Amino acid sequence: MNQLTIKLEKLRIFFKLLFSHRMGLAGFVVISIFLFMAVFASFLGTVDPARTGAVEDILQSPSPNFWFGTDDLARDIWSQTIFGSRISLTVGFVAALITVVSGTLVGLIAGFYGRILEEVLMRIVDFFMMLPELPLMIVLAAVLGPSMWNIILVVSLVSWPTTARVVRSQVLSLKERPFVEASRCIGAGSMRLMFGEILPNVVPLMFAQAVIMITEAIYAEAVLSFLGLGDPTSISWGMMLHYAFESGVIARSMWWVLPPIVSIVALIVSFSLLGTAVSDVLEPGYKEKKGF
Amino acid sequence: MLLVPLRSLIIGVFILGLKGFILRKVVAACLTIVAIVCVNFVIFRMAPGDPVRIMFRDPRVSAEKLEEMKQTFGLDKPLSGQFVAYVKGMARGDLGQSFSHRRPVLEVIAAKIPATLLLVVTALIIAVFLGVALGALSGWKSGTRLDTFILTASLTMYSIPTFALGIILLLVFAYHIAIFPLGGIATPASLYEGAELVWDVLWHLFLPALSIVIWYVGEYVLLTRSSMIEVMGQEYITTAYSKGLKKFRILKNHALRNALLPVVTITGVNLGFAVAGVIEAETVFSWPGVGRLVYDAVSHRDYPLLQGVFLLFAFSVVLANLVIDLIYGYIDPRIKVSG
Amino acid sequence: MALIDVQDLKIQFLTFRGPAKAVDGVSLQIEKNQTLGLIGESGCGKTTMAMAIMRFVKPPGRIVGGKILFNGSDIVSMNDEKIRRLRGKHIAIVRQEAQNALNPVMTIGRQITELIVEHEPVTKKAALARARNQLNLVGINEKRVDSYPHEFSGGMKQRAMVAIATACNPKLLILDEPTTGLDVIVQRQILSMLNNLKQELHLTSVFISHDLSVVAETCDRVAVMYAGKLMEEADTVELYQRPMHPYSQALIGAYPSLKGEKKRLKSIPGAPPRLIDPPDGCRFAPRCNHAMDVCSEAEPEAREMAGRRVACHLIE
Repeated sequence: MNQLTIKLEKLRIFFKLLFSHRMGLAGFVVISIFLFMAVFASFLGTVDPARTGAVEDILQSPSPNFWFGTDDLARDIWSQTIFGSRISLTVGFVAALITVVSGTLVGLIAGFYGRILEEVLMRIVDFFMMLPELPLMIVLAAVLGPSMWNIILVVSLVSWPTTARVVRSQVLSLKERPFVEASRCIGAGSMRLMFGEILPNVVPLMFAQAVIMITEAIYAEAVLSFLGLGDPTSISWGMMLHYAFESGVIARSMWWVLPPIVSIVALIVSFSLLGTAVSDVLEPGYKEKKGF
Repeated sequence: MLLVPLRSLIIGVFILGLKGFILRKVVAACLTIVAIVCVNFVIFRMAPGDPVRIMFRDPRVSAEKLEEMKQTFGLDKPLSGQFVAYVKGMARGDLGQSFSHRRPVLEVIAAKIPATLLLVVTALIIAVFLGVALGALSGWKSGTRLDTFILTASLTMYSIPTFALGIILLLVFAYHIAIFPLGGIATPASLYEGAELVWDVLWHLFLPALSIVIWYVGEYVLLTRSSMIEVMGQEYITTAYSKGLKKFRILKNHALRNALLPVVTITGVNLGFAVAGVIEAETVFSWPGVGRLVYDAVSHRDYPLLQGVFLLFAFSVVLANLVIDLIYGYIDPRIKVSG
Repeated sequence: MALIDVQDLKIQFLTFRGPAKAVDGVSLQIEKNQTLGLIGESGCGKTTMAMAIMRFVKPPGRIVGGKILFNGSDIVSMNDEKIRRLRGKHIAIVRQEAQNALNPVMTIGRQITELIVEHEPVTKKAALARARNQLNLVGINEKRVDSYPHEFSGGMKQRAMVAIATACNPKLLILDEPTTGLDVIVQRQILSMLNNLKQELHLTSVFISHDLSVVAETCDRVAVMYAGKLMEEADTVELYQRPMHPYSQALIGAYPSLKGEKKRLKSIPGAPPRLIDPPDGCRFAPRCNHAMDVCSEAEPEAREMAGRRVACHLIE
């Protein structure tokens, strides 16, 4: 068997274990529902969520015209909920991607090269980790202005240190392992060692971090939007709650509040469950414990 | 404002002879604070666009007013001059003027601190005790149904964002089943005194504290539990059993004593989450504390106020981390504290 | 009456593929003031058995049969509270040098006194005095009573373990590979300390090891185990001079001698049998040079003869 087949087999086993883990399965199912929502948003009986309507249509409870009712500007809540999934998932995935890639690079370099470079990088990481996350994100978002990409940027800026720390400590322990020394003996250069030998072993950790970061990013977007720092042109679930909160009629419009809250909580909880499942599966000895 | 702690630090070093570990930690904290002050400056001055325009995104402000403001904030001087003015101001305790409140920022913030302290301290004490107790129990009885139940419940509690939980609690318990008030710290215009006032405040405190507690308990259960499980697999636990000690004694002196060490460390790291929880809870429940100020500052684009609150939060976290580091140095005999 | 009378002890470990018979019907007796050595290859069940004397059988292991009589009472069927009171006071164990066998956040003194205070009605002060005494006994300066484990070297930690274990003058001391992993000089120190203690405290002990030379020095009698079964049990000198069971012969023969001419090392070919659903007959038969047909069919009974016990079809 060549390298590729071996790797594919490992992947196959990984997913099999993941889906037999109760939490992993539950999380995955719910996430798929939201993914479906996001991809097929335009087809799911929706209208432009930002389209305001006639005055007599404001604050309507659910009806055949407006499946989830309307908000205080007569916007269709069902559409907002469906399209909101796009924003949450986009922010989640993109921010997580940026965070994990940048964090891994920093952690890899710091752990591998060591000495002064590691000291400097880790001091910066430590400093960032000391700053309270939400206030920092709020300040940055307020200064940069409200837009979805700014939110992605802000979230990544605040989250990459955690990944860097985690990756670095794994690199440190991998560096000591015999296979690295063996590769060095046959003349492998730094780049080759770093990316060819160490990085592949860090990938499972990166994956686990990615899931965690997605959870964090979705949460961050929701909070920032709720506090009023979201993108007014694309109404996310957090923005919906913001508008509902600001309107003063939050108590009397459960139909307005329930969909975004349920969606936010469901999405975050399911990624959280998936994350727990991933870290369980990646724990050494898990495969054997489950009888594989 | 900065000079006072600086002076006491120097006194402390000489008189008390702070050495080694403690000194290192304190110096590190001071350096971090300095770095935070610089970062704060950079963020707000380097923002895209005319800094004054950012501060006054209101197009109705006249050009003369803008010039006046520019001079007041020293924005007509070069960047380095601004920085010096900024630091000097901070040392004096001058954090600028909040324009939504039309009072000095420091004054506005200081007035709100007691309310936040009340909320945070209450919530954290309850959450830590409950979380550690449940987590230790769950870890001790790992694998049993009780453990699975506590674990699942904690994972769920940990995953729900505080503000979402807050809104749910508000709608359910304050609107629909109206057991609790809709917000604020006390019933307005009620003229309660003494014990009645205390009771009123507690009644208002319940829901916002609950929304913070729930997340925190989840976090602490997970932490303590996994630390406990790790400890229970250690050799010295077997040794303790082989000595014929009573189970409770083993749990307390051998398992818990060791399991709590990482929990203390992580408490420091997690303080950022406490801050987030406070901001969210105070916003949802209109609790008149510093967290709510953040929301107000954002809605009114009151940047000086926002900056001031950020500094407060950042400093508090650094200080709290310092205290926790020192406590840890005291409780773990493997850390050399002096020399 | 023997201090410890193990009768037909059976311990199994539950695995996915069925129960593994770690200890399969072993009978042993330990007389007072005697040191019994327990030797065998890794995985033969000696540690499992020794731990079982204190009823330390970690799941997925279980005692499924037999008795362990301690001064007449059966440890296997005792309730938890009674076992707890036996442990530390009447039966104590010193395990292999493990970095983490001592609680890192408790002083050594406290780890000794808590044991004493639990089992005997003494004041804290008296217990502390005894703790200091214990440290002296094992050759550690008594001022170290306030030290923490991380301040001790490996050898000192092991000695501290002995100090703790003997604090209440137990009737039986189990030593599970107490010198494995330590360098020879430290090994020597610990062995001589143990010897002194044995004289002073009139200890009865079980000494588990895979190191024949150490066992030869310290034990009065030796029991040889293989794949969960007892192969031979005899007086130390007699066993080493005239091993009767082929396995004992191979073990002792495999040990290189410092004197005499250089010879090739003799190892025992093959590997121990699987413990899950083991094959019929004598467990050692597949690797035995003298195996007969009957050896693969029926298990040999342990027979008493000339002061020893052997389980082998050859000796019949």
